[in-house]
Amino acid sequence: MPVSTNEQGEPIWRLRTSRAQWLGYLAWLAGISLFLLCWKLISDNTMWVFVEDAGRQGSDLISRMLPPQWSYAHRLWQPMWDTLNIATLGTLLGIAMAFPVAFLAARNTSPHPLVRSAALVVIVSSRSINSLIWAMLLVTILGPGVLAGIIAIALRSIGFVGKLLYEAIEEIHPTPVEAINATGASRMQVMSYAVLPQVMPAFAGISVYRWDINIRESTVLGLVGAGGIGLQLNAAINSLAWNQVSVIFLMIFVTVLASEWVSARVRRAII
Amino acid sequence: MLEISNLVKRYGHDEAVLKGLDLTVEGNSVVAIVGASGAGKSTMLRCINRLVEPTSGSIKLNGNELVKLRGAALRRARRKIGMVFQGFNLIDRLTVMENVLAGRLGYVSLYQAISRRYPQADIERAFHLMERVGIAHYANKRADELSGGERQRVGVVRALMQEPEVLLADEPTASLDPRTSEQIMILLQSLASELELPVLINIHNVAQAKTYTERIVGLRHGKMIFDGAPADFNKEALDAIYGGIEAPDDEITEAPTRVGEGVSHDQA
Ligand SMILES: Nc1ncnc2c1ncn2[C@@H]1O[C@H](COP(=O)(O)OP(=O)(O)O)[C@@H](O)[C@H]1O
Ligand SMILES: [Mg+2]
Repeated sequence: MPVSTNEQGEPIWRLRTSRAQWLGYLAWLAGISLFLLCWKLISDNTMWVFVEDAGRQGSDLISRMLPPQWSYAHRLWQPMWDTLNIATLGTLLGIAMAFPVAFLAARNTSPHPLVRSAALVVIVSSRSINSLIWAMLLVTILGPGVLAGIIAIALRSIGFVGKLLYEAIEEIHPTPVEAINATGASRMQVMSYAVLPQVMPAFAGISVYRWDINIRESTVLGLVGAGGIGLQLNAAINSLAWNQVSVIFLMIFVTVLASEWVSARVRRAII
Repeated sequence: MLEISNLVKRYGHDEAVLKGLDLTVEGNSVVAIVGASGAGKSTMLRCINRLVEPTSGSIKLNGNELVKLRGAALRRARRKIGMVFQGFNLIDRLTVMENVLAGRLGYVSLYQAISRRYPQADIERAFHLMERVGIAHYANKRADELSGGERQRVGVVRALMQEPEVLLADEPTASLDPRTSEQIMILLQSLASELELPVLINIHNVAQAKTYTERIVGLRHGKMIFDGAPADFNKEALDAIYGGIEAPDDEITEAPTRVGEGVSHDQA
């Protein structure tokens, strides 16, 4: 007979000890209380008259969007092209900067712990600020336009690409690196010969993935004046031209769909 | 000539893994280093090309002290030390030719390495050696498309591309099937005499060590407890090296025939 209880008749093994069980109950209690508290706060701060009205307002908005004003579309090609350029050039600029940063940030390729910390700070600051906020800052510095958009996208991409790439670098097989070191190769030769080939698929995948995200992000940069289709969107909303807004939405939708398809194809081809 | 004297290696604050080893290898001799798992075989080999930093002691290759070297001087010394690994340690995504040419990295510039513009002489040497070991027709294949035995041949050629003055092999046959591992041992043995190169082979398989090498060094707990000809490697020496330790399955396949002539100085 398998022995699963001790002399006192208590089970030798269970999923959770009774202490862990009590902690679990407490955590649930705390969670539910917090949820109810938040619920009350939100509802106290909501004007329920407006919310009750939401259905009618929504259907009204949709009726004003329809039918879309198709003749407006021809004025969107140029801004849409700008948007694609912001995304693509911004991504290229971003990955060009992220590439060295990732090598400095990865534990196994960083020349010094201090350099590594500095690189991590670059990555974290880039990641902690949204593209839209980067764009707002850059529009104030550079003035409105496509350039501010490109740089905003690039700055945000550094963190994203840098983080995923340095994680990929830390996950490479160390043994080929050791073998190349043993041939008497220099540090940079080891990077290019033993590390780079191992992270190339990840790097390409990450870059295309970020490009796909950047297409979406660059559609809204115009809201703060950083060029692209967002400018038109902002103008149309401000002038209450809802049937133009719907054309813009459709256009963005189709573009994002296309970019998603392209990036999925490219990533499948690489991996 | 490789001269190791009083080599000590301690990882962190643990007990020393190598406790004052002395070993001299001359000419083109093939030396097998046997010992149970954890005896310090890999550590010793890696101290020679400084993949592991020795704690103290001296290692001289043709009169050149290796232990204190740093930076460019260390890299120059390393290119004269070829190494073959148990796991082959090839770069899978690169071609066989690129892997082989990696053996020249210590001799070419970064630009030449990145653009793969190796000197014509290197490419000819590569083809010559690949033909010698029978992998020339794989030159443009990706390294991960090859079988284990073929991959180890790539590893051997990469090491020989360095024009080494000594060849280190850390369990070069442990990942291979018995037949293939015999072939690799024969290859190492004949290359040693063709290229007049001393070869140090860490090996688990005592039968192979006795067949393909001309000198056996036995390690136990970081100390050398046997150093002699294969013929002198008897049951007693075997027990001294593996005694009290579960023996690997394949090591007593060839029973020792002569007893009592080995230089056995067991200190365990
Ligand atoms: N990088 C390392 N850090 C700490 N201990 C190590 C390291 N490498 C090896 N050791 C220890 O050193 C001892 C000898 O290992 P090794 O030289 O690999 O033996 P062998 O190759 O004979 O099996 C083992 O106890 C191992 O745990
Ligand atoms: Mg070992």
